[in-house]
Amino acid sequence: MRLTLHIWRQKNAREKGRMVTYELDGVSEDMSFLEMLDMLNEKLMRNGEEPVAFDHDCREGICGACSLAVNGIPHGHEPLTTICQLHMRKFRDGDAIYIEPWRARAFPVIKDLVTDRSALDRIIAAGGYISVHTGGVPDANAILIGKEEAERAMDFAACIGCGACVAACKNSSAMLFVAAKIAQFAYLPQGQPERKRRALAMVAKMDEEGFGACSNLYECEAVCPKGISVSAIALMNRDFIRAKLTEVPQKTTAGGG
Amino acid sequence: MTLDAKIPSGPIEQKWDNHRFEMKLVSPANKRKFSVIVVGTGLAGASAAASLAELGYNVEVFCYNDSPRRAHSIAAQGGINAAKNYPNDGDSIRRLFYDTVKGGDYRAREANVYRLAQVSSAIIDQCVAQGVPFAREYGGYLDNRSFGGAQVSRTFYARGQTGQQLLLGAYSAMMRQVGLGMVRFHSRTEMLDIVVVDGACRGVVTRDLVTGKIESWAADAVILATGGYSNVFFLSTNAIACNVTAIYRAYKKGAFFANPCFTQIHPTCIPLSGTHQSKLTLMSESLRNDGRIWVPKAKGDKRPPNEIPEDERDYYLERMYPSYGNLAPRDISSRAAKRVCDEGRGVGPTGYGVYLDFAESIRRLGRAVIEERYGNLFEMYERITGENPYEVPMRIYPAAHYTMGGLWVDYNLMSTVPGLHVLGEANFSDHGANRLGASALMQGLADGYFIIPYTLSHYFATAKPAKVTTDHAEFRRAESEAHERIRKLLALKGKRTVADIHRELGSVMWEYCGMGRNEQGLKKALEIIPTLREEFWNNAIVVGSGDELNPALERAGRVADFLEFAELMCLDALHRNESCGGHFREEYQTEDGEAKRNDEEYAYVAAWEYAGEGKSPILHREPLEFETVKLQTRSYK
Repeated sequence: MRLTLHIWRQKNAREKGRMVTYELDGVSEDMSFLEMLDMLNEKLMRNGEEPVAFDHDCREGICGACSLAVNGIPHGHEPLTTICQLHMRKFRDGDAIYIEPWRARAFPVIKDLVTDRSALDRIIAAGGYISVHTGGVPDANAILIGKEEAERAMDFAACIGCGACVAACKNSSAMLFVAAKIAQFAYLPQGQPERKRRALAMVAKMDEEGFGACSNLYECEAVCPKGISVSAIALMNRDFIRAKLTEVPQKTTAGGG
Repeated sequence: MTLDAKIPSGPIEQKWDNHRFEMKLVSPANKRKFSVIVVGTGLAGASAAASLAELGYNVEVFCYNDSPRRAHSIAAQGGINAAKNYPNDGDSIRRLFYDTVKGGDYRAREANVYRLAQVSSAIIDQCVAQGVPFAREYGGYLDNRSFGGAQVSRTFYARGQTGQQLLLGAYSAMMRQVGLGMVRFHSRTEMLDIVVVDGACRGVVTRDLVTGKIESWAADAVILATGGYSNVFFLSTNAIACNVTAIYRAYKKGAFFANPCFTQIHPTCIPLSGTHQSKLTLMSESLRNDGRIWVPKAKGDKRPPNEIPEDERDYYLERMYPSYGNLAPRDISSRAAKRVCDEGRGVGPTGYGVYLDFAESIRRLGRAVIEERYGNLFEMYERITGENPYEVPMRIYPAAHYTMGGLWVDYNLMSTVPGLHVLGEANFSDHGANRLGASALMQGLADGYFIIPYTLSHYFATAKPAKVTTDHAEFRRAESEAHERIRKLLALKGKRTVADIHRELGSVMWEYCGMGRNEQGLKKALEIIPTLREEFWNNAIVVGSGDELNPALERAGRVADFLEFAELMCLDALHRNESCGGHFREEYQTEDGEAKRNDEEYAYVAAWEYAGEGKSPILHREPLEFETVKLQTRSYK
């Protein structure tokens, strides 16, 4: 296959970026999209040019590192597929392909197609966990969880934290990402004690990091490589409102004795 | 130097209990006075960081990815073993221990393996408490499935994403400590060296991958949890960035490297499709529960699989290993696949593939059941190959997957450099010469949650490390070495890309130090590797600069280390004149082609000491004593 690639090149966070066009010949349809970019990069390096920087690692659709908008769509046009798992047989000979980084205020570009998505880690640090320390927990079978509930929790736990949902949203909202974590724990008995605190803390952090609000367009669900349902957002909103209405100011008291 | 594994005395069932009592503690108020560096945020690193921070230690964590959640533990599909015996099928700590020692072909340290089996149950409890959504039965109880090398069902799983879910559990626990200020976390930061002061490991030198800044970090102890080195083969199931650098640098600073030639070739991966390929993709071993492996009986039979009648198929695993059948351990299944392909009976365009066929299971259980069990794996297969495995059998072939070798550690998981601890795949400790399926996750989490918190406290309480800051001359020296190395790499303006040289190294390693090895081939590899290294330092291309995000530079540094490490691996394979587990020396096999161990001469851990540039490494032996499991020929027939 012969392709015309239009790729966003940006030296670093401070300098302005621009689209640069490359012609690439000899692409095999068995290549993955990233292997096609490898091929381009090998060619560039042989010419002494700098390769296109892009995040990637596992290349099997689970680590969540890869993050390219292809022809305007985060992870490209194939539903339920990360860009590392999209193969060139889904393109045609002679295609022009536009490759850009995730575009979102909370994801500043570091270089070329690489963005800084550490805001998502900070949201998890704010409350995306169950407060349990190592040791001192009951036997695993002491916590009964119905098959359906476990499956629902797993549906939401499947999020890979790639940020495509943010990139697809016109408001750069991280609601699907945040809600997926909240929903996973909401379906599990272990998640109940901190349910309200979690919703309050994660939503507050999400706002603080500069993510936008939800306009119910469901673009996030459409691009999510793991098919996370927007029903999570409804659940999160419900939890958030309930928590807000019943919020009790926290008091800390020094221990007795 | 004699290797002291520090195995506690007493009966095997009581060693860990006794040791836990005998180890010294650090009082709660004193814990905050100690600091520890953790490199790597996979299962072992993240669980260690979280657990140590919970205890009150100051933890500094580094990973080269943009987020700790990207670590390659995330890609583990099938499951995690534990001796819960929930299915009431005869499992016990002793059986898990026995299966693991046998599975490792009697080249693991008994005491470590027993402890692993002992803590396995607590891991599942911990993960459930964290909200890991393991598969359940309708009654709400945990579900189990079986894996290779075991006759009981002891594997817990979360669809085909067990590694992901366990890692997210450990990651969440660690991020909670980040939020509480107990863990300071540095992403996109790569460790370039360890720093040894007065004989103890007291810190690391890192490079900020975004700004290029080389920086020193001091602590009272260092933990490496940096994974395995399968990417020495270029093509493996590992993530692209997985590398040997951290542990190889530690080796050059005095940590012994144990059993580097013990590498695992996983039997069920998607076959290679061309030279453009950057990695191989694993298909979970759990597929072997319901898939039947076969090739045509006749050589060169090019008919489509559905046109080959039943009596012209060779279900070779079922034929050769009737009691384990398609669930024979990984090393044995891989070699059997290689053998039938070498006989000319392989399938697919390259002839290097065998069928993994679900037709019978679909007939027996219905498509819905198969879809529920393996749906996501089937989708992944179809995305990569363009073939629908519900209709045509999958094609699979072995690929490099896991490395049992790693830095030598004692029972406390400390390397030969005091203060330097090594966890998870990066150490050598528990899997001997072959790892059983679903045991890597178990070991990573055992090390991080339940072993290092005890043994590190003991180290702090007994070694009482003196205060050291990054102003110490050793830090300056390590920093300037790192600068010099980067300068040398950036000066490479040759004609071949680093990936191209890496690919060539990989094919040499696969050919001569892969599934089958022999003296002649290994000697040949030992001749080729230095020339490749020369080629790298004379003719590689490294573009860009050192003060910015430069993936080409990162890769060059890692490949430069693989080019040195590969030699150590071949040396180790050459010296071990026996076949055991994943190390199959063709000269040493039984009449029916099975591995022939030599317990008289080789029942030891080979721990290699770096002797300096251009000098042969020095071999140290840790004899393995089998007091509980009787040494016997490993049979799965």
